[in-house]
Formats: sequence, structure tokens, C-alpha cells
Amino acid sequence: MAKAKKGDWVQVQNVVLKAGHRAPQVPEDTQKCDLKLWVKGIAQHDGEIGEEMEIVTVTGRKAKGILTEINPRYIHDYGDFQPELLKVELQLKDIMFGGDK
Amino acid sequence: MGLDKSYEAINARKNEIIKNAMRMDYEQFENEGIGFDYEAMMKKTGYSMEEMRAIQLEHGVGNTPLIELKNITELARKYAPAGKGARIFVKDEAANASGSFKARRASIAVYHAKKLGYKGVIAATSGNYGAAVASQAAMHGLKCIIVQECYDNDKVGQPEILEKQRICEAYGAEVVQLTVGPELFTTHLSLLEDTGYFNASLYTPFGIAGVETLGYEIAEQCKERFGKYPDAVLCTDAGGGNLTGTARGVKMAGAADTKIIGACIDLHGLHMASNHDFNRKSCTTGHTGFSFPFVTWPDRSDTPRNAARVLRYMDRMVTVKQGEVFYITQALAVLEGYERGPAGNTSLTAAFALAQQMDKDQILVVNETEYTSAGKHPMPQLTFAKQHGVEVFFGNPEDEVPGKNLIFPKDPSMIKAREYDMLHAKKSYVKNCVKNYGMKSASEADIQFIMDEIRESRDFVVKELAENGVK
Repeated sequence: MAKAKKGDWVQVQNVVLKAGHRAPQVPEDTQKCDLKLWVKGIAQHDGEIGEEMEIVTVTGRKAKGILTEINPRYIHDYGDFQPELLKVELQLKDIMFGGDK
Repeated sequence: MGLDKSYEAINARKNEIIKNAMRMDYEQFENEGIGFDYEAMMKKTGYSMEEMRAIQLEHGVGNTPLIELKNITELARKYAPAGKGARIFVKDEAANASGSFKARRASIAVYHAKKLGYKGVIAATSGNYGAAVASQAAMHGLKCIIVQECYDNDKVGQPEILEKQRICEAYGAEVVQLTVGPELFTTHLSLLEDTGYFNASLYTPFGIAGVETLGYEIAEQCKERFGKYPDAVLCTDAGGGNLTGTARGVKMAGAADTKIIGACIDLHGLHMASNHDFNRKSCTTGHTGFSFPFVTWPDRSDTPRNAARVLRYMDRMVTVKQGEVFYITQALAVLEGYERGPAGNTSLTAAFALAQQMDKDQILVVNETEYTSAGKHPMPQLTFAKQHGVEVFFGNPEDEVPGKNLIFPKDPSMIKAREYDMLHAKKSYVKNCVKNYGMKSASEADIQFIMDEIRESRDFVVKELAENGVK
């Protein structure tokens, strides 16, 4: 199991509201889920993923929760190539400039 | 601290928390009965146009270019009747610090927080407003916390929101991320209480007033270049701030006849608080899930009174489909050379259809663009949609079922702006007044307030109140 050292940049997870104790207006499928919270900060002690961890965030706020990630990576990207977009591009060029071929 | 941090206890302290986090006395504007003095609130707590322009100029905001989309205009004319096909322009709001028009709102809110002596600011937003607040807070040396509704129960997040997390962190903010649900507001309150920071809500008078400069610039730029004000300005509508602020600015510049048109993406059938539906949307804002509830009941925000009140300003509203917006986003890139969006491309899509109803010499302005990046580009959006079982194909956008499929129009002739029933919206607003205030009778002041809110005659309001059992 990955281990965080004191001073590492980490993410922790908390449960704010338990499933079944959500706000009354929440639909049924969401009622079955905990309201979870994630926040990043500097680890205040050594610890393993899945263990309780105390952190200090960049605003200087103390928080604690279950350690979920160490040096968390941004996972979003430009996705897979989408042929539909190419088709649109070629169609637009054809409509606008097709006569100049 | 020792405060009870249960959901109920925090909500019970809501008024006190908000008061401390804004130091604004909303009470002073309340009338007897249901109404309040909107203009007094905007005037007394806001800033003048000159002050706002100066604040914004000093903080990398405003004076954005107004760009003519000549090829998109030409494309629209191919499908328009003879003599029709208005010139389409777009205000390149991506040029603002933090890359969107939201910087206009944040610049005033954060300036105000600094002036009042707050050490930090907090905003609850999954949108560009987070980046805008974070960026402005960095300029002022204030601490910043952004609270986001980001993930479903499996910690899978919309790529667009993940990008918004990244950029907030890039500007030095702390980002608190939550799973789907309206209780985000309670976490927001709890953080305000713990930190003593300023509530940089999207819906304060200065947050809305900050957008007035956008409308003002549009009117001014058109007058300068073409000797006339624009015939119509199109604003993507969600919480109402974009449209309200822009419309107020347009009017302040003297463009009394300019039509204000709202546009949003049709997401009917998807529940905004549903864990299942959350990641089956292919857009995160500017859709009917926000716009319809806010149009017919603005006072559902994190301020006692919402300064964004679209029925006071909106002449028309239209809806477009997700597939149509992706099509036009691609057109903007390959025909115009601007990779922008997704924000702004909703109203641009509507503009493409509406220009075909307007005369050739008329001017139609789309009031915003935003920066594009990983997560926000149509490719990651479509990749994400397909991963969640949303079918993507070419066909008739009319057949689009949000969350099930995303239909690219077979050709541009199929891109439509569908009229939203404004009369129905106004009736719903009256109904909501009766319901939410438990109205049994209406005073003359109540009637006048509703008339101002929905821009309808006394007869209309009295008749609608009677329909809802109010004498």
C-alpha cells in the first residue's frame, strides 16, 4: 500500500452525510449514497492509503479524513479522437468552400 | 469551536452565517408583504459604472474584443430566406483574466471583500466562477476556497468540472469537492462559519453589477463601429446573472430597443440532484436544469435576495440541443479560427438559428466566449458521454433524449432555436409567489412588485393571483 510521508501533498476523503440522511429533496438514487467530500493538503504525519490522515490545506485550514491519494494527478485530458467532429469539419468546409475545389 | 455541525444545525444558523459573511443588510430593502426594492438594493450596495470599469481595468478584466463571425454568418445565410441573415458578433470574454466573463463578477466581489477587510473569500461553484474568484483573490492577496459539486458516488467527475478544479488550484485556491447533491450549500455555510471569510456568492448585487460592464461595452462598441446599437444580444442563461447584468448594462448605455434573448440547452428529463443523471449530461451549465427554476423563482440562491432576476429583462428565451451546440463549437473553430467554449456556444448556437429570422443588416451579439482546454473541449466531453452509455450519432436533433443520446444535426439546416413560453414562465412566477409566501391576499405594493418582476400589466397580475386563489 502506498505510503505518505509527513509533508507530502495528499488528498483525503470524508463523509459529510450518511446515505439515508441526505436532504429530503434529494432523489431516491442519491439518497442511497453518502455525501462525500475530498480536499487536498499537506500531510501532517506519515500514513497509508485508507488510513486516517490530518492535513493542512493551502489556506492554512486543518482537515482530516481517509487518505485517498498522494501527489494526486489531474486525470482529465483531451479524450479519444471523435470521428463525428471530423465529419462536421469536412461537411462545413464542403458547404462553405466546396465550390473552390 | 464546539458548534453543532449537523446538517440541521448549520441550516438553522444560515441567516446569521450569511450576514457575517457579507456584512450586508438585506432587511433594509424589504417591503411590507412579498416584495423588496430591487433598484435600491442594486444602487446602494453596488458600484457605479465608472468605479466598476476602473476596478476591472486594474485587475485584467474588461475591454474584450467584439469579433464578427463572418463565415458563420455566411453559413447561416445559406439557410435563411432572401434578405435574412443578421450579422453575428461575439464578445470574446475568454480574453479576461481567468478566461471567462465570470471575472467581471468576481472582480467586484473580491474587491469588495478586500475593502471590507476579509482575509479570504469562499464561493460555491462548479463553474468558471471558481477560477475567476481564485484568480482575483490571488491578485488581491486573499485566501480562497472553492466548493464544487464534482463527482458521482464512484468519484467519477465530469471532465469539464475536473478542469475547473485544476485551474482553481493553479490560481492558489483550496478546492473542496463533493459528490452530487444540494447539501453542498451546507458545507459552504460551514466553511464560511469556520473561516470567517467573505461569501463571494454569484448572486450578490455587486456580483451581478460586475456584468453590467459587459452589456455596456457591447452597446458602446456597436455604436462606435456601426453607428447603432445591436438589434439583439444573446446570453446563455443558467442562474440568471449573465443575462441580468448584461441586460442592465445594455440599457444603461442607452440601447433601449435592443432585444435581450436568453438561450439554454434542453436537458429535460435529467434530474440535477440525481447521482445517476449527474454524469449523463454533456454540458455542466447553461442548461434548463438551472435556467428554468431560476427564471420562475430567482430567490433560491445563497443570498437572501437574488440580484439576478431575468424576467425583469428577458424579451425571449430559446432552447437548443446538446448535439447542435457541439456542431457549432466545431464551426467556431474550423470556420472562424476560434477554439472557445463550451460556455457561450449555447447562445452562439441559438444565434445561428435566430440570425436566419432577422434582416441582413441587423446586428446580433453573442455576449461571451470562454477559454477551452483539456476537459472542456468537445473531444473529452464526447469521450465521457460515450463512456457513460450515451449514444452519439448524426440525425435530427429534435429526437435527442438527454442522457440517452446526443444527436449531431445531419446538416446545419437542422439547427433550431426553440421558443420558450415566456407567458407560461410569468404565470409560474406568480404561482411560486403565492406558494412560497403563502399569499392569501395581495396589497397594492405586492401587485406592483410582481408587475415589475415580470413586466406585465396590473390586469395580468391580478388575474393570475386570482387564478391562484389570492384576492
